[in-house]
Amino acid sequence: MVPLSYYLVLSGFLFACGVAGFLIKRNIITIFMSIELMLNGVNLSFVAFAAHWHALAGQIFVFFVMVVAAAESAVGLAIIIAVYRTRETLNVDQVNLLKL
Amino acid sequence: MNVHLILFLAFGAVAVAGAINLLAQTHPINSALSLIAVMAALAGEYLLLGAEFLAAVQVIVYAGAIMVLFVFTIMLLNAGVEERTQGSRVAFLFGIPGLLLGSVLLGWVVLRHSGTEAVAAGALPGDPKTIGQLLFHEFLLPFEITSVLILIAIMGAVVLASKPPTHPPGVPARKVG
Amino acid sequence: MTSSLNLWLIPVLPLAGAAINGFLGKKSSRTAVSVIGLFFSGAAFAWALSVVMRVSSDALPYHEYIAHWIRFGSAGLPGSFSSDFALYLDQLSLVMLLIVTGVGFLIHIYSVGYMWDDPSYYRFFAYLNLFKFFMLTLVLANNYLLMFIGWEGVGLASYLLIGFWFTKDSAASAGKKAFIVNRIGDFGFLIALFLIIQHFGSLDFTKVFAQVQPLAAETAGAGLLTAIGILLMVGACGKSAQIPLYVWLPDAMEGPTPVSALIHAATMVTAGVYMVSRSHMIFERAPMALMVVAVIGTLTALFAATIGIVQTDIKKVLAYSTVSQLGYMFMACGVGAFSAGIFHLMTHAFFKGLLFLAAGSVIHAVGGEQDMRKMGGLRSYIPITAATMGIATLAIAGIFPFAGFWSKDEILWKAYQANWVYWFIGLVTAFVTSFYMFRLLFMTFAGDYRGGAHADEHGRGTHGHDHGHGEPHESPMVMLVPLMILAVLSVVGGLVGIGNGFEHFLAPVFGSGEVAGAAGEAASRGTEILLMVVSVTVALLGAMLAYVLYVSKPYLPQKIADGLNGFYTAVLNKYYIDELYAKLFVKPLIDGSTSILWQGVDRKIIDDTVNNAADGARQVSDEVRHMQSGNLRSYAGWIAAGSAVVLAYMIWMGVR
Repeated sequence: MVPLSYYLVLSGFLFACGVAGFLIKRNIITIFMSIELMLNGVNLSFVAFAAHWHALAGQIFVFFVMVVAAAESAVGLAIIIAVYRTRETLNVDQVNLLKL
Repeated sequence: MNVHLILFLAFGAVAVAGAINLLAQTHPINSALSLIAVMAALAGEYLLLGAEFLAAVQVIVYAGAIMVLFVFTIMLLNAGVEERTQGSRVAFLFGIPGLLLGSVLLGWVVLRHSGTEAVAAGALPGDPKTIGQLLFHEFLLPFEITSVLILIAIMGAVVLASKPPTHPPGVPARKVG
Repeated sequence: MTSSLNLWLIPVLPLAGAAINGFLGKKSSRTAVSVIGLFFSGAAFAWALSVVMRVSSDALPYHEYIAHWIRFGSAGLPGSFSSDFALYLDQLSLVMLLIVTGVGFLIHIYSVGYMWDDPSYYRFFAYLNLFKFFMLTLVLANNYLLMFIGWEGVGLASYLLIGFWFTKDSAASAGKKAFIVNRIGDFGFLIALFLIIQHFGSLDFTKVFAQVQPLAAETAGAGLLTAIGILLMVGACGKSAQIPLYVWLPDAMEGPTPVSALIHAATMVTAGVYMVSRSHMIFERAPMALMVVAVIGTLTALFAATIGIVQTDIKKVLAYSTVSQLGYMFMACGVGAFSAGIFHLMTHAFFKGLLFLAAGSVIHAVGGEQDMRKMGGLRSYIPITAATMGIATLAIAGIFPFAGFWSKDEILWKAYQANWVYWFIGLVTAFVTSFYMFRLLFMTFAGDYRGGAHADEHGRGTHGHDHGHGEPHESPMVMLVPLMILAVLSVVGGLVGIGNGFEHFLAPVFGSGEVAGAAGEAASRGTEILLMVVSVTVALLGAMLAYVLYVSKPYLPQKIADGLNGFYTAVLNKYYIDELYAKLFVKPLIDGSTSILWQGVDRKIIDDTVNNAADGARQVSDEVRHMQSGNLRSYAGWIAAGSAVVLAYMIWMGVR
């Protein structure tokens, strides 16, 4: 029997790693992958709670999260490709035209 | 020490190692492969909790489709090692300490106030039949909407990533999007 | 109970005339403007006459209520106050009414001729009628508040008319000076009004005086009534140009001559005397205040007369003369002889009005020149003006049997009965008055013509006549007829005073306390006649001295002036009073305003506050805009930090 809190700590840690990657990394694609990592952490938390409270809707929600993550990564990668075409770089610091 | 806990810790260690590696690596392809490892470990965690359908979907969709897409893109764009550029001061000053603070706080609270309630192994009825029932009865509307969403995503991705038409020199490039 | 006299028509008719001329006059012809102006002015006079004829003496005092004005609190309870638009007629206001409407109408007629060539013709008549409206309100009011409205209004009209030729700097400044100095007096007046409200709960004459009447005289010298009296006198000093607030009147000569005649001789400046007489019940119970009035009046009379001796501008001599004669009126009030003061007010209106109008005629004749040194020998050129002016001079000098004699003697007699010092100074002043008035007469009309209006352009063109200038010429009939009427009044106007007739007439207003001296009067009759003889002699001496100095031996004045050099220069410069005021009050005020109010408050505090607020906003936004760097990671960093804060807060709330 694993205490619920262990699952939550693991989930939280994965989420924190995702945020850290988002802030530290310079490559756009790596940043995107950090987002996926965040989503995964949250998914784990959902499933753990669903198991704890016997709320099946938790799983369904994870299901939808995955679907949306898939759609989002498809579109996001397309955008990255388009940005690469115009800016010739994958360094996020150089995609800064929206400044004052 | 029961088997559940040992397996949990094993899969958890893999996930943690993968996450840290994602941060540590400089080449994006290495980060992608680490992420695949994390996802596989998470699939194992789901199995432990009894959500077998979800574990399967995780491997097939997440690790199998999305991450493959990432790897394709990395190879397409020929992403190299990250160069060091001066980023944002804010991110370093506020983001990372804030993040650390948040996670430490969260962890401390969770561990302190959690009591001893535990989750049994295989607690969820995660078989396809149950999930199907739920999905097509109570959650039918979100289901349909997500299918529309996927359609839109497909169209968007195709439009965004398509090669711009060749243009005579001197004319500015067509704006994307 | 008589039927309504419709007194309200008397002020309102000139107001209508002012409104019509003011709004429609610009596009109308001169004839139309004159007709309107004269019609309404004359209508007011006609109505005043009809009132006089309809009212019988026992029907006075007469109250006429027009409209509700201020009412708060319940009547009768403490803390309540009410004041209405209501008019009050008694013998005193009857006399003032006739003077204002009558002399005012004559001056209106005169102005038609005098101002004919002025481009702003309509404006003049509008202002003139406006002045009449306010003056009549002042005279007919039944409470101090309505009187104060008239008081302020005549000040306004005076400002407008003094600065009538406002494009001239000196005229505009003179208008401002008049208004500001008046204001200082009004401040005293207002405080007196506040005291009256506080202690008597009302400003209506009948109510206040009913409460004052049973009070005992304040012999100790300090007290409420003394305070009210002195403050009222301050107001009167401002309006009637007494020491120390007389400085505006000589400057007011910048206005057109009919204005000087009407406002600064006959009517507005007498408002102070009227007000003091109206408040006689308060003054009679405050001997200290009464003494202040008498002292100020007496000193002003002598002071102004001495300045008048050396003035060379014909209007300035008359201005100082007005100040001096007003001093006589206040002296009379100050010794308790209110009816004598009013009597002198009436005769003064006649002869001073005549003097000013005749001076205007002279100025017109010589084409704008006002310096008497450039006149002379005009008797042959403008005989009618000369004759009328001569009559007025005899009247003001107090020569028997002209009008001024009766009123001035009345005052001197009453002053003698109070304190011989007042009488003596009054006598000296009479000598000086006679001297400078005859000096004016001789310098202007006798001897040889020293001026230049033979074949050249007119001098200052102050009233732009465009007929060809040859020698000095007589004024048109429209200007001469008022002169003649006023001359007649100056001759016979004093005869009402014979046998204390005027005093008896005003007795219902002032009480028979003044006439009570009749008991011992048989014995003092001899003294009175003796004093009369003395004053006439003194006046004749003054006239003779003037004759010697300005006709027979014209080189003498210059020698005397050189002999008394320092003193002469001081008097010539009006004892440097204007300069003193400028140094003591005006300059510090201007400097204070500039450094403290302008630089300090307006620039530093107000402007800088606004500017700094704007600057601050700009600086803050300058800092904040760096958030919009376009840098993705910076945005992410902010989000992470913010969410960490929110998370911490939620945890803290949950843990609590």
